[in-house]
Amino acid sequence: MRVSAVVRFREMPEYCYVAEGFEDAVRQFEEHAPLAEVKTEFAIPEKDFNTAGKGSSELKNLLKRLGVDSVVLRRIAVASYEAEINVAAHSKGGIMYGTVYDDLIHVRFEDEGPGIANIEQAMTPGFSTADDLVRELGFGAGLGLPNIKKNSDAMRLVSVAGGRTKLEFLIYFAGRFE
Amino acid sequence: MILSDLVTLLEGEVLFPEADLDREVPCAFASDMISDILMCTKEPTLLLTGLTNNQVIRLSDMIDLTAIVFVRGKKPLQDVIDMAQERGLPIITTKFTLYRCSGLLFNAGLRSCKI
Repeated sequence: MRVSAVVRFREMPEYCYVAEGFEDAVRQFEEHAPLAEVKTEFAIPEKDFNTAGKGSSELKNLLKRLGVDSVVLRRIAVASYEAEINVAAHSKGGIMYGTVYDDLIHVRFEDEGPGIANIEQAMTPGFSTADDLVRELGFGAGLGLPNIKKNSDAMRLVSVAGGRTKLEFLIYFAGRFE
Repeated sequence: MILSDLVTLLEGEVLFPEADLDREVPCAFASDMISDILMCTKEPTLLLTGLTNNQVIRLSDMIDLTAIVFVRGKKPLQDVIDMAQERGLPIITTKFTLYRCSGLLFNAGLRSCKI
């Protein structure tokens, strides 16, 4: 949710979400991002379901070593894994960037297209454009993006048909009081 | 419920030796859709499924599965079994259907996992 990224993707359709109670924290992060503690980067090849998920798995292991609570860890891993699978299943490949701060993680996915025709439709639970190969593996329930939203404290999806897609989310380590 | 009791109840076959069958299974979830299974973020859970591809093992990295039961007599390929063994994740196959397994375990007191 860096300013440079917003400029680059301006004029493109986007979907933004901030969980209730996180508005001030997210605004503060966007205006004055602190120094990153750790940065990670993983390539996500197109339709490679042998390696898809490894990035999220390694990210979770890293955060586990840093002492992040197990419920928050699972939320981060699920959001990240769903996004990683989306890139592998629907795009020509992309990259996942994880940036760890003192009290939160920012995970960003950028792919090589072909973009999302209708973001609102893509966010609707149950809507899916997954092909047969992807469905045979157990994906394609149309719950990927809704699952990312559900587990994130803030999320932004920017895409245009024929172009690239960028998805990013923030999750705070303090967790939610449910 | 202890995992070894569950294996007996489902007439299951444990798919690699030295699997930890003494572990406590507090709750369970059953589905053949990965996004459904990924709803289980609140607590470690047993998974009952008909999916046998490597992503089922991979998703156990994300949500902390206690064990996996493959239903309807399904058995994953050796590389998937190896992935589970590397993680110390017990995997079991049973000839019973997903519905029958769920019913048997529910009647034996195994609760549904929190989602």
